[in-house]
Amino acid sequence: MSPRARDPVGAVVRGGPVGQAAAGQNHSTVLHVIRPSRGWSPIDVAELWKGRETLWFLVWRDLKVRYRQTALGVVWAFLQPLLAVAVFSVFFGRVAGMPSDGHPYPLFVLAAVIPWTLFARGLTMASTSLTANEELVRRVYFPRLYIPTASVSGGVADSMLSLGILAGMMGWYGIAPSPGWLLAPFFLVASALAALGTGLILAAINVRYRDVQQLVPFAVQLWLFASPVVYPSSLLSGPWRVVYGLNPMAGVIEGMRWSLLGGEAVSWGMIATSLTVIAVLLTAGAVIFRRAERTFADVI
Amino acid sequence: MSRDPAIDVEGLGKRFEIARRRDTYPTLRDAMARALRRKLRSASPEGVDGAGPTGARETLWALRGLSFTVDHGEVVGVIGNNGAGKSTLLRILSRITEPSEGCVTVRGRVGSLLEVGAGFHPDLTGRENAYLSGVILGMSRLEVRRRFDEIVAFSGVGRFIDTPVKRYSSGMYLRLAFSVAAHLEAEVLLVDEVLAVGDAEFQRKCLGKIGEVASGGRTVLFVSHNLTAVQSLCQRALLLRDGQLVEDGEVRAVVSRYLGAGVSSSTLATWLDDSTAPGSSTARLLRVCVRPRDGAEGDPIDVRTPFVIELDYRNDSPGARLALSVSVIDEQGTTVFNAGPQGGPHPLAAGRYRETCHVPGDLMNDGLYRLQVEMRDGSERVFDPSEVLSFRLLDNDRFRDGWHGNWIGVVRPMLPWTVQKLDDAESLPQPDRSSP
Repeated sequence: MSPRARDPVGAVVRGGPVGQAAAGQNHSTVLHVIRPSRGWSPIDVAELWKGRETLWFLVWRDLKVRYRQTALGVVWAFLQPLLAVAVFSVFFGRVAGMPSDGHPYPLFVLAAVIPWTLFARGLTMASTSLTANEELVRRVYFPRLYIPTASVSGGVADSMLSLGILAGMMGWYGIAPSPGWLLAPFFLVASALAALGTGLILAAINVRYRDVQQLVPFAVQLWLFASPVVYPSSLLSGPWRVVYGLNPMAGVIEGMRWSLLGGEAVSWGMIATSLTVIAVLLTAGAVIFRRAERTFADVI
Repeated sequence: MSRDPAIDVEGLGKRFEIARRRDTYPTLRDAMARALRRKLRSASPEGVDGAGPTGARETLWALRGLSFTVDHGEVVGVIGNNGAGKSTLLRILSRITEPSEGCVTVRGRVGSLLEVGAGFHPDLTGRENAYLSGVILGMSRLEVRRRFDEIVAFSGVGRFIDTPVKRYSSGMYLRLAFSVAAHLEAEVLLVDEVLAVGDAEFQRKCLGKIGEVASGGRTVLFVSHNLTAVQSLCQRALLLRDGQLVEDGEVRAVVSRYLGAGVSSSTLATWLDDSTAPGSSTARLLRVCVRPRDGAEGDPIDVRTPFVIELDYRNDSPGARLALSVSVIDEQGTTVFNAGPQGGPHPLAAGRYRETCHVPGDLMNDGLYRLQVEMRDGSERVFDPSEVLSFRLLDNDRFRDGWHGNWIGVVRPMLPWTVQKLDDAESLPQPDRSSP
């Protein structure tokens, strides 16, 4: 821990001859001090921003690879939500006769399937992202936070396509989109952040205990039915809906539904609760992840 | 204080936890709270201390108390056995893993070639992977674009650049992967064992590239088992053993110290006790030694060094017609040569004798050799051929013309070689040189 190690300005000044030594390379002197970190450390926003191209390339890779060597290719991005809507409409809409706040049931379900898919896939992929990219974690240094973030971000493109499907279906039902549509991206981002917050914690644990990746698919199934995807949250009475908002996806889904389809059945209390939970999850996730990331390369 | 070093390592240590204590959890709530606390604590180095009641953990120090500095433009080799901590050192320097104690200061942009192919995805094309891997290794997209043609040219994958890399041969894959990494514009380059892969041609190209980088004034830390490469690329070497720095100095001295430290090579054998010495009541060996002709026992011998084999013995039976011979056997078990005195044995008076076999330089290849000694008295064996010692001939990088792979051949003589021009055709090249 020499005093000069803390003196990046001095290093830059003395960097002159170094620059010459490096055969006319155009560079500034970068200084890294590597020492054991202790306690909780803040997120290095500057570093994250500097390396953002890496994040972008990881997302790009996932998108590129997703439908490689499939016969239907990107058609799957349309087919998956449509199939989900068809199944839900038949079993919950027709057979079980679920209420749908006055909307046509397929629209009602699709408006929820869009953020839910983003969340469920994001969460599943994020929690296994570090182990799936084990080779990268072991071999190269870049901010580890990019890996789960990229896993979640990849789903946004699919959500956009699904929104197109919803618009088409609304046209089919003769329903004009309301200005609320402008808020749809907000709720999409909220569900991505919910997935990221939860995913960061699970990914960090999964590095050490692979139990997580066994548990997550099952938990996501349960979570689906704990969220107002196939049923409306208006089944609950007023104050209970606010409590229901502790499930972050409850508020996000109802908010999404409201923004896409309109209606008076929305509970702002529930949405506010969910957004608060998401903020807490995200903060906790980032902090825990940050603390755990030091040993990722050693224990993965 | 004229210039700060490029790499400054102070008291570096890295500890691994190799066993965890099994706790019993009284209540679920307690268990979860403890699991969480433990998880968080073990994530940070001070937690591994296991201070207090949970101190029953076993820890392994992969590195301990390492201190050294590397100046800008220096090319330093890091050698040592497997598990000596070489790779851990590079992983800490490239920030993949955190040290447990100590501090490292690196001045300059760090590029690491720890393992090639980081970030490659089999379903993506060569072009896509070059960008992906380049960016992951720390280049910007613009840098990759600017150097893309160079990368492709160096890799030699050429027209397959738009084919998914899973269709590549493993050689092509490696070449492209290395090529991307080798074009990192880093001021401090960390290189680990990338050269252990690929064919000879590829290894040669890689080493050439690293040599080019090294001579370009950049700082290189080079971990390798290829001692020839280390000796020809580096001026200085660090020798690690069991996580500690045991030698730091001029590359040749460090390499020979490393090789000398192996149990396999001991250039001196002495017998103080008749019961163990090879021989019979006729005569006994006292001492056998291999040393450079112009040096002392223990000095390094390389392929160009003339060296001697000294055989000391005691003759206990006056008039015995003793004939010693030596065989030098290489690692493959091939006898490289067998030699003995010329002109046949003469009767010897009792007493102690020294016979010396002179081996010229530029004759044998590098490698580890076993020395077998045999002694006859007339037609009778005084003792059976016995391996008395082994010695190593180091490589020498002169006259290698940039080739760093193994030099094949049982022997490696320096033979006269001439080139003559046979006609006046303009189109023929005119190499007018002859090697010594």
